[in-house]
Amino acid sequence: MSTVTTAPDEDVQVQGGGLAQAWRDYMARVRGGELGALPAVLALITLVLIFTVLKGGIFFSAFNFANLITQSATYIVLAMGLIYVLLLGEIDLSAGFAAGTAAAVLAVTLTLRGWPLIPSLIACLLTGVLIGLFIGVIVAKLGIPSFVVTLAMFLALQGIMLIVIGDGGTIPIRDDFVKAIMNGNMTPIAGWILYAVVVLGYGFVTFRSMSSRRKAGLVAPSQQVWLVKMIALAVLLGAAVLILNQQRSRNPKLTSIEGVPYVVIVILALLVLLTYNLSRTSFGRHVYAVGGNAEAARRAGINVARIRIACFIACSTLAAVAGILFASKDQSVSPSTGGSTTLLYAVGAAVIGGTSLFGGRGKIRDAILGGLVIAVIANGLPLITDASGIQFIVTGLVLLIAASVDALSRRRAQASGRA
Amino acid sequence: MTSDASGAAAQPLLSLSKVNKSFGAVHVLRDVDFSVRPGRVTALVGDNGAGKSTLIKSIAGIHPFDSGTYSFEGQEVHVSDPKQANALGIEVVYQDLALCDNLDVVHNMFLGRELKKGVGLDESEMEKRATTTLSGLSVRTLKSVRQNVASLSGGQRQTVAIARAVLWNSKLVILDEPTAALGVAQTEQVLKLVRRLADNGLAVILISHNMNDVKQVADDIACLYLGQMAAQVEAADVTTGQVVELITSGRSGDMGLPRDPSTSGAVA
Repeated sequence: MSTVTTAPDEDVQVQGGGLAQAWRDYMARVRGGELGALPAVLALITLVLIFTVLKGGIFFSAFNFANLITQSATYIVLAMGLIYVLLLGEIDLSAGFAAGTAAAVLAVTLTLRGWPLIPSLIACLLTGVLIGLFIGVIVAKLGIPSFVVTLAMFLALQGIMLIVIGDGGTIPIRDDFVKAIMNGNMTPIAGWILYAVVVLGYGFVTFRSMSSRRKAGLVAPSQQVWLVKMIALAVLLGAAVLILNQQRSRNPKLTSIEGVPYVVIVILALLVLLTYNLSRTSFGRHVYAVGGNAEAARRAGINVARIRIACFIACSTLAAVAGILFASKDQSVSPSTGGSTTLLYAVGAAVIGGTSLFGGRGKIRDAILGGLVIAVIANGLPLITDASGIQFIVTGLVLLIAASVDALSRRRAQASGRA
Repeated sequence: MTSDASGAAAQPLLSLSKVNKSFGAVHVLRDVDFSVRPGRVTALVGDNGAGKSTLIKSIAGIHPFDSGTYSFEGQEVHVSDPKQANALGIEVVYQDLALCDNLDVVHNMFLGRELKKGVGLDESEMEKRATTTLSGLSVRTLKSVRQNVASLSGGQRQTVAIARAVLWNSKLVILDEPTAALGVAQTEQVLKLVRRLADNGLAVILISHNMNDVKQVADDIACLYLGQMAAQVEAADVTTGQVVELITSGRSGDMGLPRDPSTSGAVA
């Protein structure tokens, strides 16, 4: 169905054109500088092809695929938080150590103080809320650039972490639930149930919004486009579940490792929740407005300071969630948790995914696409070269390319009036 | 209300009497009288620094007047906050338009006043109402209400900003130099739109430096001169030359500051 029949004008309006029209619209947007997910998807395909050609067997094994997901999970969650701040045109350099500090609070309360799990998790998340509130109030009320405030917090939080963790150095995590988040897997059946819920849920929600728009007499995307998207989603996710459900233990008789990692549920839940928050609520709309034109937002009666503070709180709280993932992955918390390249990888994930550093442009799904790209590099390069120097250089270059694509597409968008 | 609102005899929608405004030692508005009638375009003219912007900002509640009476629909009101002005039905379209480039037309029109359905936004209803408002203004130049404002031309942006102002059943729309940055064809488009607003029964205040625009669309002309109302006259009664004289010297023949019984705010 690649040709649009020449229907009467209103009919085309209501149907929103067929596949060909959708493709032409998409190409027009891309040429106009509205790249969306395209660079990240291309990068992902290219990198996977390169690593598969060079180290096919090892890179594309089921074991490595599961690794990829757990490796990317921490960056994805951190990047999801950073997207809130990036949408305002701000930055949070302290998010990595906010994750570390929250993880330290989790470890201390859970392991050293013997708190039950739930209060301990709440304390961990509250730590994130407090850090975000502090940064947000200083940035929004005092007007100090977020770069400086969060750079100060980057240092201060390292100190707070050292004090919270104390002399011991490393605190182990023994709670089975926390450990399972990053290390446990669903049974293959549960994996397929999750798959069905995701595909049918996405299909239902998108179909309902499409038909309600049509009922209201508004331009709706065509059903063909919807069908193609659904098939693509079903095939891609189905392949992922199929691979993850394979036995990936070296010695299956001793320990069986198969199934979709639990952390996928966390990521999917956050994706749905945060995407709804940013694209379907007035709060989310105001975040984009402040990032696009703060003065216009102020004149429209939006409390700009409140939005700024809320975004910094969202960022640090999601960093605390990432902190839980760090603690789960390492099964311990040390003063270096959340340090090193963590933050840069997370910012890189958001930017590679398509979130603009200039504010006003970005989606939560960018975190997932970008996080996967970062994880593929971090995962594939060591298979090719042992030199960690090269790994740093390549990752740095990828981040630089992503930022250049962002800047160039923005310029292009301004020239063609799409911004 | 709208059908009989065309003549000079119609009740003023907004009427200011002897209003004053100072910023520190600077007395910006002195005993200004000003009235705006529904269904008519009132041009507010005056040289730079004459107090036009202060006057409209005070009407819109951004800087409240220091003294004088502010009546809206015949009732004296106190407007000290932009929200109060909005509640009365007063909307201002500023010169920089205050649009968010990264949001689409519908989102911009409802910015800060989104319609909700449960916890989420009611996108369908907003889009319908935006489309209705735009077609009510006979706007046909927009390809889609779902395109980002960044992709619009200057005239289209002005149109969106004006449509946003009339979306809220507003009674008085204040336009600050709507044609300043536009080309010939787009100026024509926007002026037609301004005319249509008044023909739909709204009161319109148009700030402009362009005498051609003023003569083309205005029913009344109010001229500020150094913070005083030099004259408020019907556009048909004056020539462009007289308006220019009023702007530059505050008087023209028997009109203007020293002796003019019809504009009681005139102070020698």
